[in-house]
Amino acid sequence: MSDYRKVSSNPHIRSKVTTRSIMLSVIIALLPSACFGIYNFGFRALLLILISILSCELSEMVFNRICHKDSSAGDLSAVVTGLLLALNLPVSVPFWMPVIGGVFAIVVVKMLFGGLGQNFMNPALGARCFLLISFTSLMTNFDCDTYSGATPLALLKGGKETDLFSMVLGRTAGTIGETSMVAILIGACFLLYLGVIDLRIPGSYLLSFVLFLVLFSGRGLDFGYLSAQLAGGGLMLGAFFMATDYVTRPITRNGQYLFGIFLGIMTGIFRIFGPSAEGVSYAIILGNLLVPLMEKITYPRPFGKGGEKA
Amino acid sequence: MTISMREAGYEMGAKLTFHGGIHPYDGKDLSKDKPIREILPEGDLVYPVSQHIGAPAQPIVQKGDRVLTGQMIAQAAGFVSAPVFATVSGTVKAIEPRRVVTGDMVLSIVVENDGKYEEVEYDKVKPLPEMTKQEIRDRIAWAGIVGMGGAGFPTHVKLSPKDPDSIDYVIVNCAECEPYLTSDYRRMLEEPEKLIEGLKVSLALFDHATGILAVEDNKPECIKLLKNLTKDEERICVRVLRTKYPQGAERQLIYAATGRAIDSTMLPADAGCVVNNVDTVVAIHHAVNEGKPLMHRIVTVTGDAIADPCNFKVRIGTNYAELIEKAGGFVSEPEKIVSGGPMMGFGLFDLNVPTTKTASALLCLTHDEVSAMEPGPCIGCGRCVEVCPGRVVPSRLADYANNFNEEAFLKCNGMECCECGCCSFVCPAKRQLTQSIKSMRKLVLAKRKKR
Repeated sequence: MSDYRKVSSNPHIRSKVTTRSIMLSVIIALLPSACFGIYNFGFRALLLILISILSCELSEMVFNRICHKDSSAGDLSAVVTGLLLALNLPVSVPFWMPVIGGVFAIVVVKMLFGGLGQNFMNPALGARCFLLISFTSLMTNFDCDTYSGATPLALLKGGKETDLFSMVLGRTAGTIGETSMVAILIGACFLLYLGVIDLRIPGSYLLSFVLFLVLFSGRGLDFGYLSAQLAGGGLMLGAFFMATDYVTRPITRNGQYLFGIFLGIMTGIFRIFGPSAEGVSYAIILGNLLVPLMEKITYPRPFGKGGEKA
Repeated sequence: MTISMREAGYEMGAKLTFHGGIHPYDGKDLSKDKPIREILPEGDLVYPVSQHIGAPAQPIVQKGDRVLTGQMIAQAAGFVSAPVFATVSGTVKAIEPRRVVTGDMVLSIVVENDGKYEEVEYDKVKPLPEMTKQEIRDRIAWAGIVGMGGAGFPTHVKLSPKDPDSIDYVIVNCAECEPYLTSDYRRMLEEPEKLIEGLKVSLALFDHATGILAVEDNKPECIKLLKNLTKDEERICVRVLRTKYPQGAERQLIYAATGRAIDSTMLPADAGCVVNNVDTVVAIHHAVNEGKPLMHRIVTVTGDAIADPCNFKVRIGTNYAELIEKAGGFVSEPEKIVSGGPMMGFGLFDLNVPTTKTASALLCLTHDEVSAMEPGPCIGCGRCVEVCPGRVVPSRLADYANNFNEEAFLKCNGMECCECGCCSFVCPAKRQLTQSIKSMRKLVLAKRKKR
């Protein structure tokens, strides 16, 4: 009767949600943006996305093989990284760009620090910033078949007028996945509905960013300007898909609010006072670095500590 | 007084729920409509002398002695201890270590059942109003009553706080938040009068206290029944709590029922509360109003591997294998057998263990979800933080525990964990968070005891 049964510590039941299912839902949530990017920028965008995903998956597999570690490809996290990286590239970059980016994201940012869950920086963003610094002109060239000239944010920075409607829809120049606010929000709503992300970080990020603009941009409560700033650049993609990256955001509730506010302020500083029109990526990786500190100062007070009488 | 206690109770900051928690599949439909059936033991009965928190009881019978049903066979060894009674008549076959649900070997008195069920003559009891408070407490201590929800803390100790006048609430834990368990539910449905009588006994000990029957809102039949029965009771109210695991955890229950919060180092009495489980309160009624010791408990035998899930009235000491047999045996080979609920129960590798005072259920699952999923690395999703009713950060605590970093573990409030299992349940990486934290807590507690 004995010794064939499985014995383990409590609890004896588990929820259905797994790391893999979370990653899968993030991939699904990114599909609207990816599809819109392909529609907007053409076949080349699809190729870049595929190359990026493939190089991320391959680098993870090769790294695990070399280090004699078990394959971790099944958790789909490298696919998410590859997809995010591609969505952060302009469509005009050469095909070797996502390869370098993918290898850097997986090997340097993620695997060298211990693999999934151990990286202190969002791999896709780390790679993007690496590429941005190394190949600045290629990475900031947004000219392509469909669009030529500056991105809406650059226009905005130069004090020129932008077409808000096409910005919200996404019919503008920019990186593959960042242009369409509508597509990003559809994906974000999907994740919010599933409970994969919540509004703490995106909410506090966007609110504090708007507040910063109202106070320091010199334009005050200019609705058109504020909307253009929100819809333009990588803000939406960053707020809903990269700032919410589990591994590189604080795990404590108040830490997440703090993180969002920090990002809002930093993005505002970069966009208004910095030399470049964009600042989301740098703001987020800077925030990533401060996560341990934010967790430390927001460590929750346990239930009933010291007793509370109602 | 124009306003009744019942109405006043509602205004005194009851939250009706708590922060965190989970909603697992509850599986109660399997057994909730099965009336309680009394079963008689066939084989030997085994009585571990330690079925409670505190000093193990001391055997007062010898091998070869004949014992009667209701006879004390082991006496309490100190204040925080509880006696054990024989639940059948027969001969003491052995006094030796036997396996119990936790896997430990515990000194046990083994009684061979002669099938006659000859009962001792119980002392005549005085009616409740004529008893002094000390007599009531002594009676409860004599009856060997312990917290029958699982913890097994001797009830007479709970009912003897330093300052009885400071107790404002006597709460009956009718939440039964563990999935699959229906023993309390059936008890409330079938014998609500006994529950209320037992609560009245407890209230007799505390002059200023209000009795609260705290029921989760997934048991509307019980709520209706209890409300009806207590509508003329000045000092008793029914409080309907939102269904969520672990609503029945003592500290969460107190918070939901009264709005008062205590930490792990405090006792419910510090918040003016006394909390008892349904079966415990019924046992108090039997002890004080009928003069009978604790001999039975309700056990739910359930799970998808069981042919006929049931609620049994079981004599303490009955072998688990007999319970399975009485429930029609297995329909499929169970991968996992759990004593208690799926969230906090003990996994069994052997069915040859006795029913104890704290055994609320025997759960047999065809599939073991735990071993089916390999633990992976933490991705920091924060789900464990969201659901933790103790408001700690389980993923970090588990890391500290796995590295034996006691200092960091204590600094990050590791001792505030109530081991409810919510973090392990939700973890998408399937990490054994509860297990790690639990082990570290045990280590720390053992060290403190030594000092």
